[in-house]
Amino acid sequence: MSLLTAPRSAKAKPEETRSASEIRADKRRGRVGYLLILPGFIFMLLFFVLPVFSLLATSLYTKPPGADIGQFVPALQFSNYAAVLGSYWPELVRSFAFALIATVAALAIGYPMAYLVAVRLRGRKLLQGILLVLIIAPFFTSFILRTQAWKQILADEGPVVAVLRAMALLPEDGRLTATAFAVVCGLTYNFLPFMTLPIYANLERLDTRLIEAGGDLYANSFTTFRTVTLPLSMPGVIAGTLLTFIPASGDYINAALLGNNQNTTMIGQVIDSRFFRVVDYPGASALSFVLMLAILFLVILYVRRFGTKELL
Amino acid sequence: MRRRIGPWLVPAFGGLAFLFLLVPIAYVFAFSFNDAGRTNLSWRGFTLDNWRNPCGAPAVCESLANSLQISSIVTVIATILGTAIAIGLVRLRFKFNATANMLIFLPLATPEVVLGASLLAQFLNIGVDLGVGTIIIAHSMFCISFVVVAVKARVASLDPKLEEAAADLYASPIQAFWRVTFPLLLPGIVAAALLAFAMSFDDFIITNFNSGNVDTFPKFIYVAATRGIPAQANVIGSAMFIIALLIVIGGQILSNRRAKMLAAR
Amino acid sequence: MTMVQTKPESPNTDADDQGADLRLAAITKRFGGFLAVDNLDLEIPAASFFALLGPSGCGKTTTLRMIAGLEQPTSGSMSIGGKDITGTSAHERPVNTVFQNYALFPHMSVLDNVAFGLKRRKIRDHQAKAKQALELVELGHLSARRPAQLSGGQQQRVALARAIVNEPALLLLDEPLGALDMKLRRQMQGELKRIQTDIGLTFVHVTHDQEEAMTMADTVAVMNQGQVEQLGAPRELYELPRTAFVANFLGKSNLVAGEIIEDRGDAVVISAGGNRLAVRKDRSTTHQGKALIGIRPEKLRMMWPADAPADGSNILRGRVLDSSFTGVSTEYLVEVAGIGPVGVFSQNHGQQLAAPGDDVVLTWDTAHAFGLDGDEDTQAGAREAEAAAT
Repeated sequence: MSLLTAPRSAKAKPEETRSASEIRADKRRGRVGYLLILPGFIFMLLFFVLPVFSLLATSLYTKPPGADIGQFVPALQFSNYAAVLGSYWPELVRSFAFALIATVAALAIGYPMAYLVAVRLRGRKLLQGILLVLIIAPFFTSFILRTQAWKQILADEGPVVAVLRAMALLPEDGRLTATAFAVVCGLTYNFLPFMTLPIYANLERLDTRLIEAGGDLYANSFTTFRTVTLPLSMPGVIAGTLLTFIPASGDYINAALLGNNQNTTMIGQVIDSRFFRVVDYPGASALSFVLMLAILFLVILYVRRFGTKELL
Repeated sequence: MRRRIGPWLVPAFGGLAFLFLLVPIAYVFAFSFNDAGRTNLSWRGFTLDNWRNPCGAPAVCESLANSLQISSIVTVIATILGTAIAIGLVRLRFKFNATANMLIFLPLATPEVVLGASLLAQFLNIGVDLGVGTIIIAHSMFCISFVVVAVKARVASLDPKLEEAAADLYASPIQAFWRVTFPLLLPGIVAAALLAFAMSFDDFIITNFNSGNVDTFPKFIYVAATRGIPAQANVIGSAMFIIALLIVIGGQILSNRRAKMLAAR
Repeated sequence: MTMVQTKPESPNTDADDQGADLRLAAITKRFGGFLAVDNLDLEIPAASFFALLGPSGCGKTTTLRMIAGLEQPTSGSMSIGGKDITGTSAHERPVNTVFQNYALFPHMSVLDNVAFGLKRRKIRDHQAKAKQALELVELGHLSARRPAQLSGGQQQRVALARAIVNEPALLLLDEPLGALDMKLRRQMQGELKRIQTDIGLTFVHVTHDQEEAMTMADTVAVMNQGQVEQLGAPRELYELPRTAFVANFLGKSNLVAGEIIEDRGDAVVISAGGNRLAVRKDRSTTHQGKALIGIRPEKLRMMWPADAPADGSNILRGRVLDSSFTGVSTEYLVEVAGIGPVGVFSQNHGQQLAAPGDDVVLTWDTAHAFGLDGDEDTQAGAREAEAAAT
């Protein structure tokens, strides 16, 4: 018996043809499996599943008349949702729009990177290793330090603005920080490794003979890419876009550090300030819950459309 | 022969992308040598003082110590629980397996704000004081998913026949696990642990919701960002970067050498 | 050597009537410091079945890939049907390949795989044509399947259909049967040959399996270290190898080093370890000085000393070292004084078999021996042949 084999009955034999000892062995194997996952699952139940219900409950709380700041009582106040959605739908839409643009930009930048390392440099182990380390290098420096670095690089008195102004690509009083452009750039930058790595992992397994076969069958390199390479790498692309879009839509560090107070506010900032500045727990919870449902909805729609089972 | 630009397009574009990726890191590193004074916003001259005295700025090292402590504990918890789940999942019947996979996948498909907010709602509802303990719980929760995903890939690549061979050679299931399976999984587990440490150490959003008055290193920088981050933070950021780089390169060299030794035999 | 400018669109007037002959002129390919193909000249006539045979690393696959356009030669030129194709890419050449391991697109149905090339060239009714090609390889009923759902033999046929449906000037086969088991391999060999004869395409087949090359090809080129050692019809190569490498790689040979001591006019006599061995002049690459004399094991007749002719040329006396009975024949190893161990295949006529320790006499017909240059290594190609057989 083996720890790594699934119970045989799952695929091999119908129930009635199995001997008593086979069933016993299966049960034993299954028991060890449950024992192994039990502690972790209790943890996840307590600190992930239960809190989501807690969030849902909190989102329906109401503030009794004359209560102190931060005092709420359990209720079923569905109007909380209408209230926050009415006030903050622009931030919600903006978050998804920013995240979408950043995801597309990250795909446009990350795919060539992954392709370069995984396909073009196939067989050159050392160079591949170095570049792979460079792809994950941002993980090793603080997210906020890097974002702050961008803020200073793109600052009004910084080198990028100076060059752009000199080349007349930016008006004399034009700026990059505190703009939507800066926020999207920050999001693109910060989640780029999440896009690149899954695509790399996929392209690394791509059989380059298929690319050669495309060329052999009269497809030029662009057609080969469109008809062979890209479709085969879709699982990696889907994983990468999800891993970029989901955290980007909930992020607020980029908006807080690189944005302004008027037209770059993202939903994460709103949730944060509802919780800690306004101390409106039900409102903040309702927004969080809406965000979660909206993302789940979009993800399911997306996966259905480009369907793949190979996500994880 | 005809000259083509096509073949150069991908390397050129890819090279620019790498540059884009590395510019801010180089910036952080360069400004760790800035003779900054109070705010590290513009270049004022080269100095090694920040590196000589990384704890020079108030509260930098305190928050760093908090972060190191939290991330270490989180790494242990998440690695143990996550590895057990990854191994256990392969042994489950298909139906449960799908449900279990969903539970692991969901935290990864949920933005950090929501994870942080729901845990905060939970802690508020049952009246838990926020602090180091709640940060550890919050981090462990999302790190477990990463560990499961990383280790499961390794488990899936193992040949189940190896355990059967061990059983054939008189190893009990427990012996077969510790002597055959575990050593083969170890590189994956180590990688997962490093990932968990990195994710925990760098997390800000979930921490911000569940930390109360405790400062972690990212939280310290975020708060400091409004009035100017001290150069000492750049020193610590750069040092972490170098240490992580050395660990990865060291691991690479080690596994290369092992592969070569095996090949030479 | 001259570099030929590439102008695939310009008509090449003097060679249009040659059909789809392939011509390689002074082709050299280097990978870094490694010389993979060394100044290779090769002409493959239209509608022939041509095999490139050699051990791994001999340059045969590199040659094939250069013909396909998947590698560019370091120097030299190549033309198909008189049209220069040097420097063009794979998709611009009227050449198709059946890849080793087939390289079928896993995300497309079998039919879409076969129609792929037709669609790229915007050929009308590509679906119908693809279907037809699948019928030709007897897989019409599986056209909706994915490649992963097919057996190895079926995948092989799909790969073949995908290539021939384009009616290329040249079909390249890169070890196409390497992944199949022995029985299927024999069957596919026959089928490939049949299809080649039916449609009259030029096939260039790369293999390390000498039996496969000899059964299927009209012409075999034996390659070694980036060069063609010898080229000819299978029978010709086997019966009269011109180098020790060919003698050992293609079948087995006993090669004996000696000195030419007598010229008999139409033949020369070689002395080796006190034995006199004759070889016809037209079957020897050298007529004086040091030489190797070669004789295939099955051309040796083994007899009891009592039945042996009186002393003369082409008589070796020895003692059986080892014998192994394989049913159809028995393979002996006979130790001959002054020469060493000599291999003998003796067909099963129901005769009494010799046992180790028995004294025997070996003779042969002078017309079956061949002479090689005396400086050659008697073992050249033997190890490669062994590696290729496994």
